[in-house]
Amino acid sequence: MKTGFYPGCSMKGSAREYSESLLAVARELNRELPEVPDWNCCGATAAHNLDPDLALALPARILAAAEKDGMDEVLVPCAACYSRLKVTRHELLEDEQLRQRISGLVEADYRGSTEVLNILEWLSRVPELEKHVKKPFQRKVACYYGCLLVRPAGIVKFDRPEDPQTMDLLMRKLGAEPIDWAFKTECCGAGFSVSRTDLVAKLSGHILEDAVSRGAEAVIVACPMCHLNLDMRRPNIEKRAGKKISIPVIYITQALGLAMGLPAKKLGLQRHKVAVKISAANAAAKDI
Amino acid sequence: MARIGVFICHCGENISATVDVKQVAAAAARIPGVAHSVEYKYMCSDPGQQLVKDAIREKGLTGVVVAACSPRMHEPTFRRACAETGLNPFLCEMANIREHCSWVHEKGDATTEKAIDIVRTLVAKVKKNKALQPIQVPVTKVALVIGGGIAGIQASLDIANAGHRVILVEREPSIGGHMSQLSETFPTLDCSQCILTPRMVEVAQHPNITLYSYAELESLDGFIGNFKARIRRKARSLDETLCTGCGLCTQKCPTRKIPGEFDAGLGLRPAIYVPFPQAVPNKPVIDREHCTYYRTGKCRLCEKICPTQAIRFDQLDEIVEVEVGAVVVATGFDIKHGDFFPEYGYGKYPDVIDGLQFERLASASGPTLGEIRRPSDGKVPETVVFVACAGSRDPAKGIEYCSKICCMYTAKHAMLYRHKVHGGKPYVFYMDIRAGGKMYEEFVRRAMEEDGVQYVRGRISRVFERDGKLVVKGADTLLGARPMEIEADLVVLATAAVAQPGAEELAQKLHVSYDAHRFFSEAHPKLRPVETNTAGIFLAGACQAPKDIPESVAQASGAAAKVAALFSRSELVREPLIAVVDRQPPPVYSSCVGCFLCQSACPYQAIEKEEIRGRDGQLIKTVARVNPGLCQGCGTCVAFCRTKSIDIQGFSHEQVHAEVLALLNRGERDA
Repeated sequence: MKTGFYPGCSMKGSAREYSESLLAVARELNRELPEVPDWNCCGATAAHNLDPDLALALPARILAAAEKDGMDEVLVPCAACYSRLKVTRHELLEDEQLRQRISGLVEADYRGSTEVLNILEWLSRVPELEKHVKKPFQRKVACYYGCLLVRPAGIVKFDRPEDPQTMDLLMRKLGAEPIDWAFKTECCGAGFSVSRTDLVAKLSGHILEDAVSRGAEAVIVACPMCHLNLDMRRPNIEKRAGKKISIPVIYITQALGLAMGLPAKKLGLQRHKVAVKISAANAAAKDI
Repeated sequence: MARIGVFICHCGENISATVDVKQVAAAAARIPGVAHSVEYKYMCSDPGQQLVKDAIREKGLTGVVVAACSPRMHEPTFRRACAETGLNPFLCEMANIREHCSWVHEKGDATTEKAIDIVRTLVAKVKKNKALQPIQVPVTKVALVIGGGIAGIQASLDIANAGHRVILVEREPSIGGHMSQLSETFPTLDCSQCILTPRMVEVAQHPNITLYSYAELESLDGFIGNFKARIRRKARSLDETLCTGCGLCTQKCPTRKIPGEFDAGLGLRPAIYVPFPQAVPNKPVIDREHCTYYRTGKCRLCEKICPTQAIRFDQLDEIVEVEVGAVVVATGFDIKHGDFFPEYGYGKYPDVIDGLQFERLASASGPTLGEIRRPSDGKVPETVVFVACAGSRDPAKGIEYCSKICCMYTAKHAMLYRHKVHGGKPYVFYMDIRAGGKMYEEFVRRAMEEDGVQYVRGRISRVFERDGKLVVKGADTLLGARPMEIEADLVVLATAAVAQPGAEELAQKLHVSYDAHRFFSEAHPKLRPVETNTAGIFLAGACQAPKDIPESVAQASGAAAKVAALFSRSELVREPLIAVVDRQPPPVYSSCVGCFLCQSACPYQAIEKEEIRGRDGQLIKTVARVNPGLCQGCGTCVAFCRTKSIDIQGFSHEQVHAEVLALLNRGERDA
């Protein structure tokens, strides 16, 4: 079973720490994650707003490259990239004519043998993950899934769309206590981060406030866009809320890395805008 | 020499739009043995039938093929027409060129060719048809009604009042069903129990009705007019003939904190209990799962205090065998429970309840004696959000259908809440209001306009708890999809109406078909709504599809009328399309070798052993014999028989072989 890795733009830029922590964890778990050769942009929000063909062609080229390289599956940690690749795979396999046309456009044939995985699926498959935990993450956490990991339910066919559990189960394995809260799949504002920062401040603010009021000590995410809105937009959120909100937002891979006892630096925790004054329990005393 | 008549129907243009009927008639005329071939616009009409009858008389036909619709539609019509002329009706066959051809293919030569092929096979078959005589079977004039809700009660009373005996089987300790749990009924707001309990009492007192409560159907064998039912009477743990229903035991039972089924889990009951005060029969039952004696071996308090010594701890389930002529299935519905709506917090927050639970809160016999108090802390809720279509009409949840009753009962709930809590604020989130029914629309209007219920068109996305309130997030789609947040004290979900949990198993016991949602299927969605595809088994109420009370009652009376019609004759006439075992003159007697493989294969226990004896009484051989009363003509034995000694009348080896040959040899024959 060969598992490829599609980083997409954010893992190389604003979400470097997501990539760093993922690769650090993968090394520790003895899992190879070769990048999809000669990968390109997934099209993100822009392509499918402008040109339906382009929106399918870009991910189709990535999938074809992975397939040609003999990858049985591609791990796509960014939830937006995951959605684009997963939707494209679905559409192409539903409609043979479309598949042939798009394959013609990108001059590469995707036959559908390569599957698309999100980070939670990939982590859930690690057998006996608990055994790798050296420093149990004994904290109350708010598992935040956002919109694209579980939707559209009919296409991703992953977890329960209204009340997903996979991340909660994973965090429990790491020794954390996931809170029961109402915002795990609410919108963070997503791509409006630049054009309507006020909206993002409101929506992301609601998410953080609910997590804090229910006693969470960290928000766990699996999407660079969510992270950007909840972390980098914190000044806007705080300004709107009129109060300081200091809850850190960390990637599931970082949480796993901490629980495995990896050093904070290797996991890129210093890159966050909101200081991560949290670690797995044993290191709790000192700030990172 | 065969003289076959072929009659091709246009069926308006159902057939003629895709099949060239003139060409079919011309081709049929060329088939050897066909003496007459015509086409006509409506063969089933009076003039159409007359064409058939005239041709039989004038041309001396020995067989008839009507190429038209499915035999399920008009085979009886044409067989009767043939019989009127003196031709044995079993010498008439239908060639189905509508469902099997014109409806499923495009217009074209190939479609016409197929229609000709179908006619050709039936002509070949009918040449081998033999005159058959119908079978007479006696009718047991006793009806079995399964389910003692309002539908089962109504059906039982109607059949009993027509003068026939009824055996009513109810799974729960009392009859009454869901209707007995309801507070008031729409659109009149009359009390459900007040109109139901007289009917329940009538059932108990009716000389023609035998009630088996706390009992379930174990198995059903046989066929229309002659069913054999085995009923499991579950052990009540008391002697019903001694119990006076005084209720001492239920008052003294020390195990009292069991969530009661009748109160939809909101109230508590003891381990020995009567579900509700008006229960019929008013005899308690011991819940062995919770009873201290069955769990620990100690207690037996009820036994000690029972004034008539009626308690029987060692009582066993009892199997009762009854013979019945007809069955009415009235097993009702359930509502969706459990972890189905994680986004609404149903099952997680005590104050998110379902419609049945609200009925119990509003009912004078309920856990709050009719005061609307929320389950968590008994507080009177100031704001209540009612959610229609919780699960219904939601393909993503796997329930595409409309549950039909929710629009009306939600309006009733909101109204009752306003009547009981004057300052209360009720909101109803809805997709569409479906209030088709006499005085229904007016009722909903009254809720909106006179009782001040705030109707919001839109769905809710989530219910969560914050600071002791239930926050309901939704959208008002009539006000530009404006997102809404309501802080409610109580949320009532009109959860989807679904089939009873045991519906599939019961359908298999009865050999009736059911749909993808496990509701039982009627024989025809429009024209045979109370019959199933199994003769003698009828449907009533919400086991067929979600229904309200008036509809359930109407269907129950319809089913009862069907049973009464069946019981109006002392003998039934059955088609003779059954298996027969070969019989020949001596010295062979029969090609059957007596292996009796057929006996083990027969699903209807219709095969018996017959001893053939000589004049001196000496046993010559033992062979199989088919009981014509029990055989259903399924043909399983035919497939099993190693010596081809069993045949189905009307579908013999010879006939089927002729049909296949007609297809294989079509080129040569027509040439």
